[in-house]
Amino acid sequence: MLGIKNWINLNSSSVFFKGTRIATDAYGKDLLVSLYRKYINGYPKFFKMDPLSRLGFVACELLFNSEKVETLQTDNLNEDSCLILFNKSASLANDKIYNETIDNENYFPSPSVFVYTLPNIVTGEIAIKNKIYGETSFYVIDELDATTIFNVVSSSMSDTNNNRCICGWLECSNEDNFNAILLMIDKTSDTLFNIENLRNILNYK
Amino acid sequence: MIVKLSDNIVSPLGYNSIDNYNNLCTGNSKLKLYEGLWDIPEPFIASLFINEELDYVFNKHIPTNKLLTKFEKIVILSAYQAIKEADIDASSDRVIFIISSTKGNIELLNTSDNRIGNNRLLLGTSAKIVSEFFGNKNNPIVVSNACISGACAQLLALRLLKTDLYDYAIVIGADVQSKFIVSGFQSFKALSMNCCKPFDKDRDGLNVGEGAGTIIFKKEKDNNISNKDWILDNGAINNDANHISGPSRTGEGSYRALTKVIADTDIDKIAMINVHGTATLYNDEMESIAISRAGLLNIPINGLKGYYGHTMGAAGIIETILSQYSLNNNIILPTRGYSELGVSNKLIISNKTIETKKREFIKLLSGFGGCNIALLYKQGGTIC
Repeated sequence: MLGIKNWINLNSSSVFFKGTRIATDAYGKDLLVSLYRKYINGYPKFFKMDPLSRLGFVACELLFNSEKVETLQTDNLNEDSCLILFNKSASLANDKIYNETIDNENYFPSPSVFVYTLPNIVTGEIAIKNKIYGETSFYVIDELDATTIFNVVSSSMSDTNNNRCICGWLECSNEDNFNAILLMIDKTSDTLFNIENLRNILNYK
Repeated sequence: MIVKLSDNIVSPLGYNSIDNYNNLCTGNSKLKLYEGLWDIPEPFIASLFINEELDYVFNKHIPTNKLLTKFEKIVILSAYQAIKEADIDASSDRVIFIISSTKGNIELLNTSDNRIGNNRLLLGTSAKIVSEFFGNKNNPIVVSNACISGACAQLLALRLLKTDLYDYAIVIGADVQSKFIVSGFQSFKALSMNCCKPFDKDRDGLNVGEGAGTIIFKKEKDNNISNKDWILDNGAINNDANHISGPSRTGEGSYRALTKVIADTDIDKIAMINVHGTATLYNDEMESIAISRAGLLNIPINGLKGYYGHTMGAAGIIETILSQYSLNNNIILPTRGYSELGVSNKLIISNKTIETKKREFIKLLSGFGGCNIALLYKQGGTIC
């Protein structure tokens, strides 16, 4: 049986762990930088990331740190850990930024901006930081829908290769407007990973 | 087991799978030089639809007054014929639509045409236009995992059909080209100014291409499987955990994915590995390392980017279908553009047809974000 170990809700103005709000002192893109400086640090690549990757990176690091998940930091264990993320806008926030660099009047496309015009790059950023060699998947759906997320995640976790997973919703419509609801699930935690519990977490206000 | 019920390919090389396959057998390609297209300052080589021809074929087959984008048209056109051939009710709640695309309707960013509305920039919204076109009310799922999306979409179909939620999965991969994509790859210096040369010593980059492919999967009882049925046996996705745009120097993710898909199979039965083979220096070298590390250097490989260019979200599906057609005809298709081995491991690869009687193959893909996937396909008679 799959269980929910922990979860985080990080939006433009607040952060919650398992429903408990933690103190924050900034909003939007500044909130992500402030969380990075307070809890993470030592990873300057963060500042090169696009808004979606910054969001996923900070949310995941907080989730890992909050539980001090040593199991996710040791050797080859990360072969069976996976990332399965969903959203609505894919990489559109960064797509718009890139699109402005290829205007006929002002044509200067840059690989460092273009690379983030794919939504799954954030899964790569998280995998690199945490040495996760397991599955990384990104899905786009029309709206936040607990049933679809549950069906995809639970069927993926029934794959024998996957034992632990960070999954959930990672939506960023622009650098100041975002919402991450990520869950850490595994095969040992007590809170059942089922549609009802998932829906309660995804709809948590 | 999960079997392929029908398929279809819509590409500049043809508007159904057979035409595409026949064109590959005769070595054809629509890769050509474009200069000044879409106001892109540098010329580039690509395999693109002739839009008037596409519209003609679409209108001939599909009666609709709906206003559709080019992306939605190739998705619907490719699915329409596959659904017809499968003879299933696509509107049933036992059918799920899975769509693979990297950039969908990205060109709507630059359109002033308000009739379509830029909410169709959203992949999920555009996917819904497609599933609702076929009367299906389930929420479609878009896989957007860079260049491996087309194979990931097939793996998702396998997983969802193993549950009791659905009986059929309609998996469609598609991408259209644009200034957005071409300029980005040019900025990466990833495009070749020649027709691409996968695994060749003179390879110097990829070409881009357009296309759409559909595979319809069905959950089938083991004793109903015929010798001709293609079974999606298993698949694995693994990340390199190394770099967001550069392939791993150890082929880490591809190696791990290959190792997993062959874990329970007799590798002597595998006819070929149909590789990603983009013809960039680093991708092809990485794949050669991964194949070597997995102990699979004795299995012939081939790559099809020399016919189509890189069709992004469609590649995994188009290349899977053509691999199946070729094995149905007891051959491994030539790697167009290849002439002399230019990677560090001694792969079995040829620009000529190789004959085979084997009935299994691996589809391998890698993409930005460090993601890699391997799928193992088997033909019915080999496992029952």
